[in-house]
Amino acid sequence: MATVIAAFILLNAVIGMVTYVTLLERKFAARMQSRIGPYYVGRPHGWLQPIADALKLMMKEDVVPATADRWVYNLAPIAFLIPCILIFATIPFAPGLGLVDLNIGVLFFLAVSALEIVGLFMGGWGSNNKYALLSAMRAVNQIISYDLPFIFTALVPVVLTGSLKMSAIVAAQQHLWFIAYPVLGQLAFVAFVVATLAAENRVPFDILEAESELVAGFRVEYSGMKFALIQLGEYAHMLATSFLGALLFLGGWLGPGPAALGPLWFLLKALLVFLLVTWVRWSFVRIRVDQILGISWKLLLPASVLLLLASAFVVAGGIGAA
Amino acid sequence: MPDPEARKVIELGYGGNERLVMNMGPQHPSAHGVFRAILTLEGETVVAVDAVIGYLHRCHEKLAETLTYVQYPSIASKTDYVAAMTAELAYVAAVEKVGKIEVPKRAQYLRVIAAELQRVASHCLWLGTWCLDMGGALGGGATVFLYTIREREMVLDLFEMLTGARLLYGFHQIGGVRYDLPAGWAQKCRETVALIEKRVDEYEAMLEDNAFFLVRTQGVGVISSALAQDVGVAGPLIRGSGIDYDVRRADPYSSYEDFDFKVPVETAGDCYARYRVRMVEFRESIKIVRQVLDGLPEGPISSRPGVKSVGQVRVPKGEAYTRVEGARGEIGCHVIADGGPKPYRMKWRGASFSNLSVLPHIIPGCKIADVVAIMGSVDPVFGEVDR
Repeated sequence: MATVIAAFILLNAVIGMVTYVTLLERKFAARMQSRIGPYYVGRPHGWLQPIADALKLMMKEDVVPATADRWVYNLAPIAFLIPCILIFATIPFAPGLGLVDLNIGVLFFLAVSALEIVGLFMGGWGSNNKYALLSAMRAVNQIISYDLPFIFTALVPVVLTGSLKMSAIVAAQQHLWFIAYPVLGQLAFVAFVVATLAAENRVPFDILEAESELVAGFRVEYSGMKFALIQLGEYAHMLATSFLGALLFLGGWLGPGPAALGPLWFLLKALLVFLLVTWVRWSFVRIRVDQILGISWKLLLPASVLLLLASAFVVAGGIGAA
Repeated sequence: MPDPEARKVIELGYGGNERLVMNMGPQHPSAHGVFRAILTLEGETVVAVDAVIGYLHRCHEKLAETLTYVQYPSIASKTDYVAAMTAELAYVAAVEKVGKIEVPKRAQYLRVIAAELQRVASHCLWLGTWCLDMGGALGGGATVFLYTIREREMVLDLFEMLTGARLLYGFHQIGGVRYDLPAGWAQKCRETVALIEKRVDEYEAMLEDNAFFLVRTQGVGVISSALAQDVGVAGPLIRGSGIDYDVRRADPYSSYEDFDFKVPVETAGDCYARYRVRMVEFRESIKIVRQVLDGLPEGPISSRPGVKSVGQVRVPKGEAYTRVEGARGEIGCHVIADGGPKPYRMKWRGASFSNLSVLPHIIPGCKIADVVAIMGSVDPVFGEVDR
């Protein structure tokens, strides 16, 4: 029962955070583009805007294309959302403050987050739309290419720690955050962020959405609450990956001050990673599908394998034994 | 990108029933207006493109026959509504040539300043929308777009001070221009162009150091100089393909021979070359604006008295063709007059129309993403294509 209540609280906290992360991104993007961003819905600075957006989407007419594969089409947003929310289950926000601290936490995170492709493909296929279909094909292409480097770079801290347990990984960074590891840490973090961008379908790797080519990709036929679910899933995934990045490389909840400040530090670091991703998003142009695959297979994958091997050597040689 | 492998694929007809026909347009986020490209795809590769135009056809040439020489200049600006000043200029220049109407020096200079500021404004919009096409409305492209639109607004503010309008100006009239510079305009114009010049450096810094921008534009959509001449593209496209041709210098009009400016030429012929040409044109236009402001002669702004009725301007029987260098290339206007207050026949040569006709030659073999990059680099305005 206690777990159910905890899960309920976590779910709502995640949804609340995700809603406000969109506002953060919009404000941040507005700053970059010399605009103000949301302002009038809830003074000061449009703090009610996410709520207004959610309400608007709930009230929208739900249009289902006549030729859509109804079951697949209707299930896709849910199939997309569930893994994106589920990955929060293993993230500890402070020692003991998390739903479950699995001893295979990182593996669970990586495995479940890769499942979102099922929802993506269902949406692209079920809409019976050419843009959506092309986008679904691109999605499969891209996720296959980028989940490997994503996993390999996420494994670098795992190898350095010797454990898949998330709390153990943070504990191992007590003296030195993994990003501060000479050379290895920084390279791994950069590779991780690049792979994250691709795994989250963010510009410059957002070929699935590609609104200037494929209009809106796999979600072109979705409206109202189904669109909102997809959007929610996407941002939840992004936030979860930011938390993972903060946890694997930036020392999680470690920080100055009393231990009670831990969750706050963790949140700040995750938001920092999130803003880094956002910064990249609003400054680059999208690259082409063949170039994306080229970057993955020719550069990122070999580099991440090398990093993994290097970290294994470090551990075996006992160089970085802290 | 004319990928040789893909070309082979097209020639072999590989794929057969695995092809997908996809409409891009008439309503599409990256169609600059209403343009329909029917793409035949093999996976991500475009093997054939069928361009459908005419969605914005408004019978401009017929309209010109029914409107008098006084009325039509304001309508002419609706052909190329992104660069309205040069479209007006092409029409009035043609009528003046038929009627052998002199234009005072001051009016000629004012026409040049309007045309060059218009080029800057038009290129601002081009750069923004092109990046929007490549980078997406939810990405870095939107950032560039919002920066460039900010600069375009400043130029439009100048036009508003000058003519009272921001999009369709009615600035030119037969025999001169309608408005003289208001007080303080020259100073504001100098400040604006100085600011834009600085901002152009910023765009270059943002885009040319950006590896993703380079891979999206370099080697993409190559127009060889032979193809450019065969199809008859003009403006930044032909100069990006290594042909040194600019109407302002090849056939000077409106006192362009008085000004010192450089015609940028790039030889690569790809999207990046066209981008480079336009970036240099930003600076050259600003240079011309400064020269005009420095050397602006005193005198009347029109050789004709102000009109009191729409049928007042008549030109003798005859015909003439004039061309001006618009932001998108050579805009031609052919007017046949029969002695009355309206032309007997009028024909436009739209720069965008000729430029757009190069697409079926360069798109096959590209990826879908390149189609939007190439279309953006051609910079079509569909008001001018369809007329």
